[in-house]
Amino acid sequence: MTELPRIPASGGCRDTPILKERGQREVFCGLTGIIWLHRKMQDAFFLVVGSRTCAHLLQSAAGVMIFAEPRFGTAILEESDLAGLADAHDELDREVARLLSRRPDIRQLFLVGSCPSEVIKIDLARAAERLSKVHSPHVRVLNYSGSGIETTFTQGEDACLASMVPELATTDARELVLVGALPDVVEDQALGLLEAMGIGQVRCLPARRADAEPAIGPNTVFALTQPFLGDTHAALERRGARHIPAPFPFGDEGTTAWLRAVADEFGVSDEVFESVTAAPRARARKAIAAQAAELNGKSVFFFPDSQLEVPLARFLTRECGMDAIEIGSPFIHKGLVGPDLDLIAPGPVISEGQDVDRQLDRARAAAPDLTVCGLGLANPLEAEGLATKWAIELVFTPVHFYEQAGDLAGLFSRPLRRKAKLKLEAAE
Amino acid sequence: MKLTVWTYEGPPHVGAMRVATGMKGLHYVLHAPQGDTYADLLFTMIERRDHRPPVSYTTFQARDLGSDTATLFKTACQDAYDRFKPQAIIVGASCTAELIQDDPGGLAATMGLPVPVIPLELPSYQRKENFGADETFFQIVRHLAQPQERTAQITANLLGATGLGFRHRDDIEEVTALLHDLGIGVNVIAPLNATPADIARLPAAHFNVLMYPETGEAAARWLERSHGQPFTKIVPIGVGATRDFIEEVRGLTGVTAKADESRLRLPWYSSSVDSTYLTGKRVFIFGDATHVKAAARIARDEMGFEVAGLGCYNREFARDIRALAKEYGVEPLISDDYLEVERAIEIAQPEMILGTQMERHIGKRLGIPCAVISAPVHVQDFPARYSPQMGWEGANVLFDTLVHPLVMGLEEHLLHMFREDFEFHDDAGPSHHGGKAAPRAPVAEAEVGVTAQEAPDQVRGEAGIHVVWLPAAEKELKKIPFFVRGKARKNTETFASERGVAEISVETLYEAKAHYAR
Repeated sequence: MTELPRIPASGGCRDTPILKERGQREVFCGLTGIIWLHRKMQDAFFLVVGSRTCAHLLQSAAGVMIFAEPRFGTAILEESDLAGLADAHDELDREVARLLSRRPDIRQLFLVGSCPSEVIKIDLARAAERLSKVHSPHVRVLNYSGSGIETTFTQGEDACLASMVPELATTDARELVLVGALPDVVEDQALGLLEAMGIGQVRCLPARRADAEPAIGPNTVFALTQPFLGDTHAALERRGARHIPAPFPFGDEGTTAWLRAVADEFGVSDEVFESVTAAPRARARKAIAAQAAELNGKSVFFFPDSQLEVPLARFLTRECGMDAIEIGSPFIHKGLVGPDLDLIAPGPVISEGQDVDRQLDRARAAAPDLTVCGLGLANPLEAEGLATKWAIELVFTPVHFYEQAGDLAGLFSRPLRRKAKLKLEAAE
Repeated sequence: MKLTVWTYEGPPHVGAMRVATGMKGLHYVLHAPQGDTYADLLFTMIERRDHRPPVSYTTFQARDLGSDTATLFKTACQDAYDRFKPQAIIVGASCTAELIQDDPGGLAATMGLPVPVIPLELPSYQRKENFGADETFFQIVRHLAQPQERTAQITANLLGATGLGFRHRDDIEEVTALLHDLGIGVNVIAPLNATPADIARLPAAHFNVLMYPETGEAAARWLERSHGQPFTKIVPIGVGATRDFIEEVRGLTGVTAKADESRLRLPWYSSSVDSTYLTGKRVFIFGDATHVKAAARIARDEMGFEVAGLGCYNREFARDIRALAKEYGVEPLISDDYLEVERAIEIAQPEMILGTQMERHIGKRLGIPCAVISAPVHVQDFPARYSPQMGWEGANVLFDTLVHPLVMGLEEHLLHMFREDFEFHDDAGPSHHGGKAAPRAPVAEAEVGVTAQEAPDQVRGEAGIHVVWLPAAEKELKKIPFFVRGKARKNTETFASERGVAEISVETLYEAKAHYAR
């Protein structure tokens, strides 16, 4: 029988007081999400209306330029746009027309707001409406803000998906929608498991192509695959859809609990659930065990990054035997990560927001075995002797569901294994 | 508004960060929204720095805009001073903070901090990274340099090296050694590794070596004007330029010592028979103006290449590059539009690109080898080994850099001899490179037939004639090894168009070959 995860006897972390920090934040802005969203949505183009800094961020965050002409770009504001010499809307219309004529394969265009466009109040909603009229039916134009003054890293995906929700068609069908951009291979695995349980007609948001988007209505139920989708969650509920709360599908336990919640919603029997999940579950356990040997009993400290921190801390503490010292997250949405918090034994500091220098002081004092942090902090901390795992890899790597559970654990064990493996001292 | 896909330069505050991060004992308080902290990773990841850039960001958010971002800035400034105790502070705004007009310089000035506070005005919507670095270094020098006696020994300052600079780390060693050979000491190297106290000592040197005009020229000019220090105009990249640089230094200082050239290998390597195959290789050169100027001279005079096109992305140096292009008989390309650069390279059909990491990607797409000679940088541009561009060792490094991407001499012959060998075919790419080079073939095949209509103005030629490849000629063209196919196609099309030949046959192909034979 399925063992459902037990809430720790001591009651979990849901009601642990949160340390709220409001100092310097060492995090990406929401524009960064474009890096994976443009690969996921194969007929979408993301046009940032911003500054040279935005363009430089996208380029730097992308790390390497894999694509000669990617499906994102920046309309860089210039002096004349700010001085009002040029009507920013005319300029935008011109750039969009040029872009779409060069890329006839584009069916969805996202105008993405940035810090400068928000501060000078360029009304991108109005622009999107106007441009949608001009370019419909071939291209749908939407807008959202990925600005750093409003969004932190993965919140960009949330803002993007939330902007799509009001545009989705209406349906009365009882359908399940999986919400969150997953690598195609992972998405297919999830769909395969659900189908095997007899849950048919599962849709995904975002869809790979515009014509495959889900419709939403009062009989829609949805499950989130990512913990950072608070606004999308709210937008779907406004359309009458109902959320299936669950721990997030990381590791054996998270995936099982997540699938179980969905299965319960659709009345799947224990026998069917067991027969579908037993084999992949066993594989996941075996794969995790291989990595967990190195993680067991080690301590971990999370700097805020992607909002994946709470579910990952749940995975590392319960399935890999680690001790969490601090679980820092840019934003803690208890409605979404509550089920994961319930499963984390009390003890770790739960912090929201950041004051990076103070947090670094805490990390140094705690001397964790592994520190999960952003790229700006990782090498400096390594140089101080702390093993680190750069957090962005957790967003750019397939880590959800059973078949990736071992890989997920491996992302954390590899830095420790490497540290142990390197012999750079004299042999004596 | 200008649509940009990839950028050659970051915003000007990133230039300021390159100065601040290169220096020691300096702190940069940057009024900027959350997210602008991404710039830290340029230094910690690309350059593998083992400490955080000395930058405090105010990271204001939307909720702060309605209240008091000025207080937020002052708090950040005070916290930075208390925590890091720098010898001097630079303060400024990123693009978004520039719009909210809090005046970081003015705010910091009222705080009575016990160290010099240097305000930066970097117009984010007009200027770019190199300007930001140049202006920041200039302001630091202007605020901190103190009048003083010259050193007893003849000494120079080395100006312009920054954090995240293209081989700056190794260039300063090489130039230091070169000056040492001439009996000249180094007073201060700045901004890289200098403290504010070192900056104060700049005027003690007898002259300045302006290593990187992009990031050091404003400071060099100011030191010349205010402290009577002349500066060198020649950047010692390449054999000829290094020799000219030594002459220039002798002229400025009156030293007569000879430089020891025993480490220099480029001249012999380039003269040795093995290098014959390099003769007349057509190269397209693109990057920052300083490295492009140097690379053009090396390519033509020291490697025996033919310069098929050149340009730079930093408009500040457009005049120099136009003059250079004239000297080399090519059209200058002054652009920071990646797609425009790609088009120009596609038209020129060079056998190799000397460019930046951006051109390396263009080359990958077009199937043209590329040697990286200039910023913008990539983690690969910070090799673990000593790898300067300047001086004698720099010339040696450049010889290797420029030869490595090419198919080697004997291999080139074999590829010609066994054109359609089942293993030894052109899609296999140069044998000394791991993995298969991205073949041009798929692109080329799709284009064949339409090339004549679609391709560039040159194809239309002076007579404005559209030329079409006949199938047999097309097939013959494909038998030509990949590394010369582009040139053969271009030459044939030009040849045909100049003669009013509308259809290219196998005959035309070989007539063109004979015509262009060298």
